[in-house]
Amino acid sequence: MANLTPHKPSLWHRHAIFEKNSIILIIGILVAISIGGLVEVLPLFYLKSTIETVEGVRPYSPLELAGRNIYVREGCYNCHSQMVRPLRDEVERYGHYSLAAESMYDHPFQWGSKRTGPDIARVGGKYSDDWHRDHLRNPRSVVPASIMPGYPWLEQTPLNIAHIGEDMAVLSVEGVPYSQEMIASAVSDAKTQGSADDGSTASFLKRYPKAITRDLGGNGGKLTEADALIAYLQLLGTQVDFKLYDDKANIR
Amino acid sequence: MALALLSAAFALGALIVAAKAYTPEYAFHAYIFAAAGVASVFAVVNRYYNRPAETPQLIDGKPNYNFGPIKFATLAAVFWGVAGFTVGLVIALQLAYPFLNFDLPWTSFGRLRPLHTSAVIFAFGGNVLLATSLYVVQRTCQARLAGELSPWFVVLGYNLFIVIAGTGYLLGITEGKEYAEPEWYADLWLTIVWVVYLLVFLTTIWKRKEPHIYVANWFYLAFIVTIAVLHLGNNAAIPISIFSPKSYIVWSGVQDAMIQWWYGHNAVGFFLTAGFLAIMYYFIPKRADKPVYSYRLSIIHFWALIFMYIWAGPHHLHYTALPDWAQTLGMTFSIMLWMPSWGGMINGLMTLSGAWDKLRTDPVLRMMVVSVAFYGMSTFEGPMMSIKAVNSLSHYTDWTIGHVHSGALGWVGYVSFGAIYCLVPWLWKKKELYSLKLVNWHFWLSTIGIVFYITSMWVAGIMQGLMWRAYTALGFLEYSFIETTEALHPMYVIRALGGALFVLGALVMVYNIYMTIRSPKTALIGSQAALAPGE
Repeated sequence: MANLTPHKPSLWHRHAIFEKNSIILIIGILVAISIGGLVEVLPLFYLKSTIETVEGVRPYSPLELAGRNIYVREGCYNCHSQMVRPLRDEVERYGHYSLAAESMYDHPFQWGSKRTGPDIARVGGKYSDDWHRDHLRNPRSVVPASIMPGYPWLEQTPLNIAHIGEDMAVLSVEGVPYSQEMIASAVSDAKTQGSADDGSTASFLKRYPKAITRDLGGNGGKLTEADALIAYLQLLGTQVDFKLYDDKANIR
Repeated sequence: MALALLSAAFALGALIVAAKAYTPEYAFHAYIFAAAGVASVFAVVNRYYNRPAETPQLIDGKPNYNFGPIKFATLAAVFWGVAGFTVGLVIALQLAYPFLNFDLPWTSFGRLRPLHTSAVIFAFGGNVLLATSLYVVQRTCQARLAGELSPWFVVLGYNLFIVIAGTGYLLGITEGKEYAEPEWYADLWLTIVWVVYLLVFLTTIWKRKEPHIYVANWFYLAFIVTIAVLHLGNNAAIPISIFSPKSYIVWSGVQDAMIQWWYGHNAVGFFLTAGFLAIMYYFIPKRADKPVYSYRLSIIHFWALIFMYIWAGPHHLHYTALPDWAQTLGMTFSIMLWMPSWGGMINGLMTLSGAWDKLRTDPVLRMMVVSVAFYGMSTFEGPMMSIKAVNSLSHYTDWTIGHVHSGALGWVGYVSFGAIYCLVPWLWKKKELYSLKLVNWHFWLSTIGIVFYITSMWVAGIMQGLMWRAYTALGFLEYSFIETTEALHPMYVIRALGGALFVLGALVMVYNIYMTIRSPKTALIGSQAALAPGE
């Protein structure tokens, strides 16, 4: 601190105002840390490329939402990304690069940061339900060199969807376009989706176009956590039809 | 008395929530809160009846420092450190030998990995920051900590948060945002604790005798204030019900991604950097018995660092659906950040000028100096990895994991160990550490461990990145994903070995600290006892 020369007030000397007054120091800190965050975050709420809507992207059905919550609960994002980058090898390995719109209803986003396992942004439809069931129970039964943990408890745990309507109500407050009708029929919709046609499939598909509906567990429609998770995984990356998507419309 | 009533009301409220909880896991957490509330009633009432007439601010003209909460935080840091390192070792072994997941929910990698990251960053690192900040602010302000109950509330409340967060991960309660996994009720609790922390820290600063606030306290203030802002911004969520642990983040998709990494990278910048730079600015000059190298450099270092760090988040989102301009801004500021980071490193290292010989004789100082060297290395590697071309190779691979650990084990770990080795004799009023030789052992065990760790992860990451993009002569992708996984196995084994050495080093530290506190060998004798430790 010996460099201070009180007789010749320099710019350095002016800094004393921060050093002598804690409130001014805090205000200085707040100003310094606000600028970068504001510049980078705020535009994302109105720029075209980040709020584009793309044909086919719809909110998760109750069963898919329940499955997604299990995906989050088990920490799958620690090893699997859901973000295909526009690089030659990734597009060939995984499929079309990911669009912002494809995760617009994701609270929270699950893009991930590490690929201990492969990216699964477009895993939907690539494997059968049975493959997924075997793979979740014991990954090494279908991929011998896999280092993924086994999740045998998922197919033994009945799915708890008693409160899924409340989940959807909260999401609708946060901007996901769930209608009152969707929220009211949440529990029955989940059962419909997870079983063979029970007569209400048509009205379910009107609410959630192109959703898969089948006896997911092969157990007569008794829903387990594995069924919900598989419904979610089979949806991933399948909502946008890239034969029709105009990738020049929202160049990034 | 009002406090006791408040605690009682809190305990009662928690009990009602427990009774109506949607899930047994959440009920368990509500019972923990209720128990904490009841314990707090007893503590407050007991304190009220046994209160001393008035705590003197000065004793024999010297400030009557309050060391109780600091002792607790120091020991908590050591405990959580060993726990967090061990969980890290376990998950490293799981990646090499997947049967170690045991097919059970609470031992699977996806739940243990957040436990590891939170335990080392927030439990170990957080308690180190609490202990050192509450110590440094008292010493540099020559004043007793503000309040009597509030510092205890901060330290105990923070550790309650850790318990709630950690047990929550194991039970599957998570927000699913990296490094911000605790659910809404844990976040709310942390917010209360954090506000009290800021008030205790500020009020102590207001009691200072010196007109100037010491540089270490600028960094502590920036850390406390910014973490509060980041925490509130990133965790904005709406719970399903007060009876449910589940909440939904209000942000979604690309906006959530940007806010998450604005938070995530600045948890690195302000929790793991600014806070620990404060430790550097107090403990290295103190231990080396030299003033900070340059006052002007510390001013530039401070403002440039906190201004630029905030911009760096988007480098975690290169080539994603985040707009290009944001990625480029993030990259640009990350590269510029190299300069203030190295400015800080130079300021720390050059403080040793005229005292370099102490590196030979004092392993504690050596630990702290090596930590600053690791800081310099990581803050070069980081900007390099933020360049988009490099990032296209390194992102999603173990290179990132290696980079994080050279910063976490080398910089944060070593500067924390150094500070703990300084603090323990000062707090417990001991002559010196039980054994410097054991510090030496700790240093070398963990240094070899770190070298194993980061070199194996460099090889693993670069190899995997190259394999992903390898093409055959006919233009097909050369490797399937699982072939890259198989190729990593030897690196994962070496990494686990490095981790084991690091844990071993930490256990040596535990023994050394235990003996320092307990052994008669370290006791002060006679007139020495009157001297304030560390003066």
